[in-house]
Amino acid sequence: MAQAGTNSSNFGFADIDEATSGRELTYIAAISEALREEMRRDPRVLVIGEDIAGEFGGAFKVTKGLEAEFGARRVMNTPIAELGFTGMATGMALMGLRPVVEMQFADFISSAFDSIVQFAATAHYRYLGPVPWVIRAPCDGGLRSGPFHSQNPEAWFVHTPGLKVVAPGTPADAKGLLIAAIRDDNPVIYFESKALYRTLKGTVPAGEHVVPIGQARVARAGESLSIITYGTQLREALTAAERLSLEGIECEVLDLRTLKPLDTESILSSVRRTSRALVVHSANQLAGVGAEVAALIAQHAFEWLDAPVARLGGLDTPVPFSPPLEDAYRPDALKIYEAAKALVVY
Amino acid sequence: MTVAEKLTLYYWMQLARAFDERMLAYWKQGRGVGGTFSQRGHEAISVGAAHALAPNDVVSPMHRDLGAFLLRGITPREAFASLLGRETGATHGRDANFHGMSSLERGIIGFISHLPHSLSVALGVAMSFRYRGEPRVAMAFTGDGASNAGLYHEVLNMAGVYSAPLVIIVENNQYAYSTPAGQASKVKSIAGHAAGYGLQTTAVDGNDVEAVHAVASEAVRRARAGDGPSLIEAHTLRMLGHAIHDGAEYVPRELLATWEARDPVVGYRRTLATAGASSRQLDDIDRRCREEVEDAVAFAEASPWPDPSTVTRGVYAAALEPRST
Repeated sequence: MAQAGTNSSNFGFADIDEATSGRELTYIAAISEALREEMRRDPRVLVIGEDIAGEFGGAFKVTKGLEAEFGARRVMNTPIAELGFTGMATGMALMGLRPVVEMQFADFISSAFDSIVQFAATAHYRYLGPVPWVIRAPCDGGLRSGPFHSQNPEAWFVHTPGLKVVAPGTPADAKGLLIAAIRDDNPVIYFESKALYRTLKGTVPAGEHVVPIGQARVARAGESLSIITYGTQLREALTAAERLSLEGIECEVLDLRTLKPLDTESILSSVRRTSRALVVHSANQLAGVGAEVAALIAQHAFEWLDAPVARLGGLDTPVPFSPPLEDAYRPDALKIYEAAKALVVY
Repeated sequence: MTVAEKLTLYYWMQLARAFDERMLAYWKQGRGVGGTFSQRGHEAISVGAAHALAPNDVVSPMHRDLGAFLLRGITPREAFASLLGRETGATHGRDANFHGMSSLERGIIGFISHLPHSLSVALGVAMSFRYRGEPRVAMAFTGDGASNAGLYHEVLNMAGVYSAPLVIIVENNQYAYSTPAGQASKVKSIAGHAAGYGLQTTAVDGNDVEAVHAVASEAVRRARAGDGPSLIEAHTLRMLGHAIHDGAEYVPRELLATWEARDPVVGYRRTLATAGASSRQLDDIDRRCREEVEDAVAFAEASPWPDPSTVTRGVYAAALEPRST
C-alpha cells in the first residue's frame, strides 16, 4: 500500500498483503469495484443518483459502465431532488431492495436530511421495518472547491440514532466497508474522500472482501502517543508519524473507519498504551466526532493520561475557497506533526 | 356495485366513525395518553380509496385515514392500544397516536408527522414493484397542507418521470392546522397543478364514498396496467380541530354547518336505505361497529405497558436481537 498500509496490524479481517499479492487500486476504483461486485452478487442491489447512468457514469465516474452491465433498471438517474429520491430509496429498501444512493457531493446531503433522520433512521425502532440502504457521500476538501463542494457533515449523522456511519481512509477499506454497508440491514452513510479518490493507491483484495462495521484498525503501531483519525486525515496522520519517527517519536495511528457505532475498546486500549491522545478530522472541530472521542477518553481512560486530550479539526467557519484560506482552515500533516510534538512535551 | 359491496363500504366508514367518537369521549374524560387526531368527515375518502386496492398492494395512509388503516388490516384493538401507548399497539409504544401504525406483512406503511414523506416512500414502494416486474400498486394519502411542501413536488415530478405505479390521494380538507388553504397557496386546483407533472388527475367530492371509490379504482387500474401515476384531489372539510386540543374556533360556523349537512357516513346510510338496504341491516352494522370498538378499548386498557428495559431495543435491525413480535 502506497502510504497507509506499511504497518498494518489488522483487526477483524485477513492480512491484505497476503490476500492480494500486490494488486493495487486507487481509492475510487475500489469503490467502483465494490459496487460492481455487489450488483453481480445480489440482484436486489441497485444504484440511484444524479448523472450516474450511461457512459457519463456520475460526476466522479464511480458508476461508469454499470448501466452497460446491469441495465437502466438497476442504475437509476434522478432529477435534482435529493429529498425525494432518498425517500424513494427508503421505500425500495422497506420492500427488500438494497439501494445505494449517490449524493453527488456530501454537501448536498443536507437537502435529504429530513428523509434520512426523520423517516429512515427511526423506521426500525417504530416497528415499521429495516431500511437497508447506503448513501455514498463524496466528502472533504483541499481541492479548492469552496463552501458547497468540500464539506464533512458526518457529525450530524453520528448524532442520529438508527444510522450507521463509516468513513474509509484506504482503498482496501473503501471496498470492504462499502460491501459491509450494502449487506447491513440498517441505513448506512458512507463518507468517501474526494481528496483520496485518485491520489491514494493501495492493495485491495480481489473478490470477497468485507470490513466489518464497527471495527477500528491500528494503521501504525507506536507508544509515544495515539493519533486517532479517519478518512482523508489518515494519510496526513501517517505522513506526520513518519516525520515524527525520524525524531524518535513513535506514534500509534488508529484509523476509526466506523464513526457510528464507535469502536470504543480500540480507542481506549490504544490510549491506555500510549497515555497521550490527539484526535484529528477534517470536519470542523466544534461538536465534531472528535469531541465524542475526547469525552470517551476523558471518562474512561483518565488515569492513564499524561496530557490533556488534544483535538485538531477544521475551523468553525464555512469551508473557504481560496488556497491560503482553505489551507488555514484544514488540518494537514504539518499541523498534525506540530500538535503531536506539543502533546509529547506536555 | 351490489348492495353487499355498498354495505361493506358503509361498515368500514361506520367503524372508523364509531372508533373516532369513542376516542373523542375517552379523551374528554381525561383518560387519553398525549394528543390524538379525529378523522371525522374523512371516512368516505379513506375507505373509498383504500377499498380500490388489491390485497397485495401497499398503502400509506395519513392521520385522517383511520378507515384506510382498518380496512387494510390494522385491527381496532391494535389502533386503540396504539393510542394508549401499550405494548400491543402497532408500534409497541414507540410512536404516538395514529402515527407510524405499520405492518409490512399487511402492506401498510405508517406516516410520520412530516406528511409528504409518505409520498416519497410510497414512490419507492411503487418503484420496487416496477423493479421486480410485479403488477402491484402503491397508494399514498396526504393533505392540502402538505401539497405546499417541496418534497410533494419532487415526488410528483419523479412519479411522472418514472411513470410509477403510484396513486396519490390529496385530502383537501380546507385547513392546514389553522391556516385556510387559500392563504397558503394561490393554486385553486391541486389536481390542476399536479397535471403539469404528467400525472392523470381528478377532483372528486370527498364526501361521496362511491364517487371516491370509482375514481380511485380507475387510478389503480391505470397504475397496475403500466399507464402511470394518478393524483386524486378529494374535497371535504375537517370537521373538528387539527388535533384533540384544538377547538378550531377559526373555522366559520356556517362552513361547518354546510358540511355537517353533507356528513359522509350519515349521508351514505340514507343513500343505502333508499337503495335496498334494510334498516335492520344498517342497525346491525352500527351495533357491530360499536361492539368492536368497545372490545378494542377493553383490550387496550387490559394490555401491558411496554417494558422500560426494552427502551433501547430495536434502534437497529440485527439478526441476533429478538423483538417481542
